[in-house]
Amino acid sequence: MNYIFAHPAEIANSALLHIWMVGISMLLAIVIGIPLGILMTRHRKLRPAILGSANIIQTIPSLALFGFLLPAPWLGERAYRIAVVTLALYALLPIVRNTFQGITGVDPAVREAAEGMGLTRRQLLFQVELPLSAGVIMAGVRTATVISVGVATIAAAIGAGGLGEFIFRGLAMVNNQLILAGALPAAVLALGSDLILGWIQGRLTPPHA
Amino acid sequence: MIEFRNVSYQPSNGEAVLQDMNLVVERGETLVLLGRSGSGKTTSLKLINRLIQQSGGDVRVEGKSTTEWDLIQLRRGIGYVIQEAGLFPHYTVAKNVGLLLKIERKSKAEIRERTEEMLRMVDLDPGQFADRYPYQLSGGQRQRVGVARALAADPPILLMDEPFGALDPLSRSELQQHFLRMREQLHKTIILVTHDVREALLLGIRIGLMESGKLLGTYTPEQFKSSHDPKVRAYLEAFGLCEAEDERGKS
Repeated sequence: MNYIFAHPAEIANSALLHIWMVGISMLLAIVIGIPLGILMTRHRKLRPAILGSANIIQTIPSLALFGFLLPAPWLGERAYRIAVVTLALYALLPIVRNTFQGITGVDPAVREAAEGMGLTRRQLLFQVELPLSAGVIMAGVRTATVISVGVATIAAAIGAGGLGEFIFRGLAMVNNQLILAGALPAAVLALGSDLILGWIQGRLTPPHA
Repeated sequence: MIEFRNVSYQPSNGEAVLQDMNLVVERGETLVLLGRSGSGKTTSLKLINRLIQQSGGDVRVEGKSTTEWDLIQLRRGIGYVIQEAGLFPHYTVAKNVGLLLKIERKSKAEIRERTEEMLRMVDLDPGQFADRYPYQLSGGQRQRVGVARALAADPPILLMDEPFGALDPLSRSELQQHFLRMREQLHKTIILVTHDVREALLLGIRIGLMESGKLLGTYTPEQFKSSHDPKVRAYLEAFGLCEAEDERGKS
């Protein structure tokens, strides 16, 4: 713990960078993942392609994915860009899957009533389907975020910075204090985001008996 | 006016559930479609607001084929009440009832006024119920809200699919009486689906009897009760409704 208290500014900077990388990648994953999930509910034929791709991405080891993207144009110029894209790709699966499950899980009677009263596809989506699946979608975002906080530490291996820096330095120098200086704040971040997103998820879940 | 002309319906993956149906429901009339599960009565209802589309024949609403109607306009002119109401669980009672008015961009004052008027019409005190969520209501109250919601935009046609089917006998009886009063006030064209003969006799101005995807015929409640058609008799007997008449016949 000594190292943490001796270098609070350095750790805070890394933690902020960590939060920033995770935050941007989550926004990216939400902006891409929710529409993909909606698309899957509208076009049955696209389901295997979308879900399959998201699944395959998930099976690639994160270190390898970071490495694959290194030679990519523009992305490869800055390590944190690669980190953000990789984290977003990893986050896609839980968000896409939960969006799909949330919408298809809407009570058929509710959907029938909504269609029968003359809501357009768009109104059905925004008035009924999305509000009713918001809790489930948020659960996917929550899972994705917690995973991302962990995966983001590995991004330090390609020089993207963040809390992983301390861990890799500690590993190289066989210094447990340094490892903890990265691992502890990362754990706190993961727990904290889980709590906050869990609270939001509760607020978004529609009331029921 | 609603008209079925030689209508049949066969889902792409199954057997015909409706065959050669012909029916005219006049403006302001209440027709009850009576039949057992799978007889095609719910299917007939869904053909009218085009939740499904017929495989053959023509369904006409207000003189125009449903396939010629703009789908959204067609449905906005038809109130639809289903069993268990299908209320939106994330909206309060007031928002459920006022949703269509909000979508049609009515003013807030107008939505509020109309919503309260509808709730009072179904015997729910707006002050007490407007801000509740569907899960905070009893089955009968939910069904009332379902009716209020269906009538909020003042559609000329009302379709009701076993609206009182899931209720306890007392609530059902209350809502049926309420339905009769409402019918007198509103003069809507109503088609109501039920498998309950008593309900059909009580609520229908005409009763259409359906079996295995066919409309066997339409009867006034009096014609139905005195019919000698064995299929009609079977219904009356199943509900114990024809013993009295038999005894009168004997004596």
